Amino acid sequence: MNVPLEGLHKAFESRIRLGIMSALAVNESLDFNSLKEYLGITDGNLASHAKALEKERFIAVEKTFIGRKPNTRYYMTSEGRAAFMHHLDALEKLIKSQKQL
Amino acid sequence: MNEQRDYSRDIQEIRSMMERSSKFLSLSGLAGIFAGVYALTGVSIAHFLLKFRPMGIDYGQNGLAPSAWTQLLIVAGAVLLLAVGTAVWFSYRQSVKRAEPFWNPVSRRLVYHMGVPLATGGFLLIFLMIQGAAGLLAPLTMVFYGLALFNAGQDSYREVKSLGLILTALGLLSVLLIQFQLLFWAAGFGLMHIIYGIYIHLTYER
Repeated sequence: MNVPLEGLHKAFESRIRLGIMSALAVNESLDFNSLKEYLGITDGNLASHAKALEKERFIAVEKTFIGRKPNTRYYMTSEGRAAFMHHLDALEKLIKSQKQL
Repeated sequence: MNEQRDYSRDIQEIRSMMERSSKFLSLSGLAGIFAGVYALTGVSIAHFLLKFRPMGIDYGQNGLAPSAWTQLLIVAGAVLLLAVGTAVWFSYRQSVKRAEPFWNPVSRRLVYHMGVPLATGGFLLIFLMIQGAAGLLAPLTMVFYGLALFNAGQDSYREVKSLGLILTALGLLSVLLIQFQLLFWAAGFGLMHIIYGIYIHLTYER
């Protein structure tokens, strides 16, 4: 099978990371707990996936305090948005070519 | 190594996540139908039993006896509480069924977007009553509620937006045709709620 894998970013291989990007694509920013609820995963799981996306500079973190409680908010960088859009295009192409087989 | 991966599932995930994190889709059509019925009941009580029949803007102390005003406000408050309570209850049930958190960033945003026009309208109405211009009560409740729905439309089903526009328009019109304001109110809060409720129920809840 000759599947063109170019354009598919490694960072988006995990569906959880894909989910994080999708949620941040339609929200200005989301706090840690909301993101966790949407994805239905544990704290540690979200933290590690978010860290990976942060390393790629696809998302950025804003840490503030609400009273004494730390509040972590994530938002998508313009780099992240471009990469996500690129990934969507690649997925679309891939699915089209899969259908032709 | 990843050639067997089903990429259409990736797309499904992306789509579902974008939708879930931006739209509150647990609004219930049934709640709309109930709200319509409460509204029709309330407006009938006001018109037929309490003789609330405003013919102009300056409808104040001379229009209704103080005791009737109290009763009218109780009826209005009961309709409002019942409608909101029913909406919250049905939405909560829907969100449990959809296995989604009820109080999430989207529902918070929805409440916020509705809250600003509703609070503005609420204060304006109280001030107008104090100034003796109670003839505008019914039209303005509809105008501000319509604007609130229009605003909420971006966080939920798009039908909510058009319902909001219709109610705003009906509210404005009823200022011009002020002697028919209760009929307009019944058409907007009663009939339109029921029609949209049935439509949303049949389209999204089955």
